[in-house]
Amino acid sequence: MAVMRADGPHRKSWLQPGASRLAVILALLGAWEIAARLYVDRDFLSPPSIVLVSLGDVLGTPGVPEALGLTLYELTIAFVLSVIIGLTVGLVIGLGRFAHRSFMPIVLLLYGMPQITILPIIILLFGIGAPSKIAFGVSHGVFPITIAVAAGVQNLKAVLLVSARSMGASRWQIFRYVVFPQMVPSFFAGMRLGMTGVLLGVLLAELYVSTAGIGYFTGIFTQNLDSAKLLGLVSILAAMAIVLNEIVRRAEVHYSRWRA
Amino acid sequence: MRRTRAGSTGRFWSRVVQLAFLACLLLLWFLATTEWGVNQLLLPNPIAVWDQLLDVVMSGEFVSDLILTLEELAAAFAIAISLGVTLGYLISRSPYLIKVFEPLFAGIYAIPIILFLPLYVLVLGLGPASKVALGATIGFFPIVLNTIAGFGTVDQTLQKAARSMGANGIQMFRYVLFPAALPVMLAGLRIGFTVALLSVIGSETLASLAGLGHRIVNLAESMEMARTFAYIVFVVAIVAVLNTVVSRLEARGRWR
Repeated sequence: MAVMRADGPHRKSWLQPGASRLAVILALLGAWEIAARLYVDRDFLSPPSIVLVSLGDVLGTPGVPEALGLTLYELTIAFVLSVIIGLTVGLVIGLGRFAHRSFMPIVLLLYGMPQITILPIIILLFGIGAPSKIAFGVSHGVFPITIAVAAGVQNLKAVLLVSARSMGASRWQIFRYVVFPQMVPSFFAGMRLGMTGVLLGVLLAELYVSTAGIGYFTGIFTQNLDSAKLLGLVSILAAMAIVLNEIVRRAEVHYSRWRA
Repeated sequence: MRRTRAGSTGRFWSRVVQLAFLACLLLLWFLATTEWGVNQLLLPNPIAVWDQLLDVVMSGEFVSDLILTLEELAAAFAIAISLGVTLGYLISRSPYLIKVFEPLFAGIYAIPIILFLPLYVLVLGLGPASKVALGATIGFFPIVLNTIAGFGTVDQTLQKAARSMGANGIQMFRYVLFPAALPVMLAGLRIGFTVALLSVIGSETLASLAGLGHRIVNLAESMEMARTFAYIVFVVAIVAVLNTVVSRLEARGRWR
């Protein structure tokens, strides 16, 4: 018996890791529920059961569904723009040796900048509506995609190019059948990072603007000490972020599996 | 020989292109404000920004905001390290726990945690506490993930060899596990530092009473654009210096 229970990779656990993970999450929610009901002032932290019930109220608050829809729209547009710009710039920088050496440091420099510092200026320039949020989302999303695309076409094996050329492939054919497939995995990895960036940028700008959109409602709920509604709204946005991340991650797994 | 010379001349021209690009940007900026009549409220003159920057640095006006931001960062980073490293190490001791917790932390890390700032503000107020808590939360995830990765992937052969030579628990940690895990863990600490710094400044920008992020918002909202730009340059420089210092420390720790 003692031998059977010895540590090691062969030990069978009584629960699958996924099931234990679920149990951990449920235990945390349970602890939160108990703590919120017994020890914490309801104005500041609501138990999850009440948050769940209040989700209907949150969505019933006039203006909230529109604000959520607008945020989803901003996220989509910002992501599409980031992909288009990132792909174009990444290809230009990645395919030319000289362009890569000259402009990659500038892209890395911009990527390393704390973009949050320019948020107030973006709002002043583009106003409190959707354009400022899209612009700020793009400023976060475009750099990881650019860098990933440039890196993806950089690692191209010279043998592949030479053999394609020796078999008489045209420029377009080389791009379509050699460069593009090579680039796909890092492109999707970049898109995943880009999505994380776009989510951060758009949501930062949404929270910053306190006179319209999501930021207006988080402000109102905070001032009214309506912690259930605040948590509900934040949870809906977090769920939105999880779904969008998951879509991009699935796409990445799907399109990179041929390499494995 | 020829190749290296070609390489170095290529590098030289790359530098020239980079500098020319930056110079062009500055020139466009200058011309836009002086010749083409772009509103100074949208884009201040670069020379005015430079004057303001000198004034900010010389007057020492930035000191109180800078100290507050750095204090918040230090507290947040300290909490993130102690929780992240401890939990990460404990989890890494069991392959089963790694399978349970690693995807959980990685999943949460992919959500923009800044979303929860309004909750932190509701519970902890507008002062430094909410910034520290948010920075600690966001900094925790890369640290715990890399600690798990570092300690969880130490070569089994090394561990077996040390054990067969009779290493006890402490020796095992001191001479096998810790040195093997250190590089990955340090990378996690560096990333944790950067994201904690950004979230401290970010939460100051979104909702606060003082600090560098707050100062930028205040100036922008009172339309003092030249000074706003000067502060942005100042903060960007501070962040660059801090990140460089941390990267150097990481490289040095790795060599040891």
